[in-house]
Amino acid sequence: MTTRSTISLRVNDVTHRLCLDHRRTLLDALREDLGHTGPKKGCDQGQCGACTVLLDGRRVVSCLTLAVAAEGAEITTVEGLAADGELRPIQEAFVRLDGFQCGYCTSGQLCSAVGMLAERAAGWPSAVTADVSPDGPVAELDAAEVRERMSGNLCRCGAYPSIVHAILETAARDGVTG
Amino acid sequence: MKEFAYRRVTEIRDALAAGHGGARYLGGGTNLVDLMKCGVETPTQLVDVRFLPLGEIRETPDGGLAIGATTTNSDLAAHPEVRRRYPALSQAVLAGASGQLRNMATVGGNLMQRTRCAYFADPSQACNKRDPGSGCAAIRGAHHNHAVLGWSPSCVATHASDMAVALAAFDAVVRYETLDGGAEIPLERFYPPVGDTPERETELPAGALITEVVLPGSAVAPRSRYRKVRERASYAFATVSVAAHLEVSRGTVRSVRIALGGVASRPWRARAAESFLLDGPATADRFRAAAETELAAAAPLPGNGYKVPLARNLIAAVLADLAEPY
Repeated sequence: MTTRSTISLRVNDVTHRLCLDHRRTLLDALREDLGHTGPKKGCDQGQCGACTVLLDGRRVVSCLTLAVAAEGAEITTVEGLAADGELRPIQEAFVRLDGFQCGYCTSGQLCSAVGMLAERAAGWPSAVTADVSPDGPVAELDAAEVRERMSGNLCRCGAYPSIVHAILETAARDGVTG
Repeated sequence: MKEFAYRRVTEIRDALAAGHGGARYLGGGTNLVDLMKCGVETPTQLVDVRFLPLGEIRETPDGGLAIGATTTNSDLAAHPEVRRRYPALSQAVLAGASGQLRNMATVGGNLMQRTRCAYFADPSQACNKRDPGSGCAAIRGAHHNHAVLGWSPSCVATHASDMAVALAAFDAVVRYETLDGGAEIPLERFYPPVGDTPERETELPAGALITEVVLPGSAVAPRSRYRKVRERASYAFATVSVAAHLEVSRGTVRSVRIALGGVASRPWRARAAESFLLDGPATADRFRAAAETELAAAAPLPGNGYKVPLARNLIAAVLADLAEPY
């Protein structure tokens, strides 16, 4: 039985060649093998969102993603959000509006917010959207929508009001990409 | 976690050829990988089926939809025709998990997910579902979130899927392939009664691969709703949930479908309540009486009796909402 594979992982526009045990999660591969310590290990069971990264632009939890299953995807970690050295609008808003205290959940919150704003721009409804019909007007992005859409990211410091504020301000200013 | 082989397949026949013995099909992995970490699942091989040509949602000749098994929860919930024709299905999927997990999870994996009973997930505890014959720690343990309908002394766990509850209300059919050919099972019969074999969770033959879920065309499905009660506002499994659709004409119930989540080992189609309501007056009293008719069979445990009035009130409230003038 072959329990290891040599794979290519493309992270923040750089391709890495790795020989990994199939048990390696994407989170551990990013942190331990590639030195991308932005994604954080909180619960390691998909409940806290601290390990959130983008896979082909969609937010996922990297602790429940096997590294071998991520081969072929474009992986973006928080380190890749400001690739040109300039903070993204969502990052700048988190800094300016105190969207964190200890910062442990922040990289996951940022990746999740970028993915969430793209979902929103694509017209996806949420559990608090009053009418999921695709034929009506797109509901306004308000605090209740942001809280629901970001419910997969926990913050033990309780910085939620500032996180919601930062996301709403970014959405109003920047529209789509965060 | 135990060591395992990994194989990515792009053809259904390759998946079926590999999907036997100790192999498991891997979709989003949101439940399977989690259970592998805690030692409940110990596959010798993962057959990654996400690259099979099963990720589309297509319209069927009767006005229904066929949903490919590797469609993600996100794509299912966001699909315009799902939202237009089966809004309760979109609502049910959106009521489950988090944005990240919905991006990962697939329709086939959603149907195959295991119970979230904490004793099932802990190999140090007695659990007939995980280890047949070892007993059930939940019956005399913490079972406030466990079943009130259709359970047996072997197992009181509930099924965790929101999606499957809406599928049960819409008379969905699960299609699958095996090495001996394809077949289908109505969602309502997909999960067998618990009996004394709680480890046998679906009617799928060994090695079968779910290929699609078919929703029949339905004139009343657009008027449908999924409502979920849980212990926090978001990102939690159902305490009780209801998927329903209702057609009322001149004050009389012409068509009704009701399914419950969080109350049994499977989505609970409320056939007794439906029969009670059909061709009768669409009034608040009747809705409540119909719910009580269904729940007459409930047998709550010492710690989950609250679910019975909760389910009754939820059924009555959802039906009342659906009966509001168009």
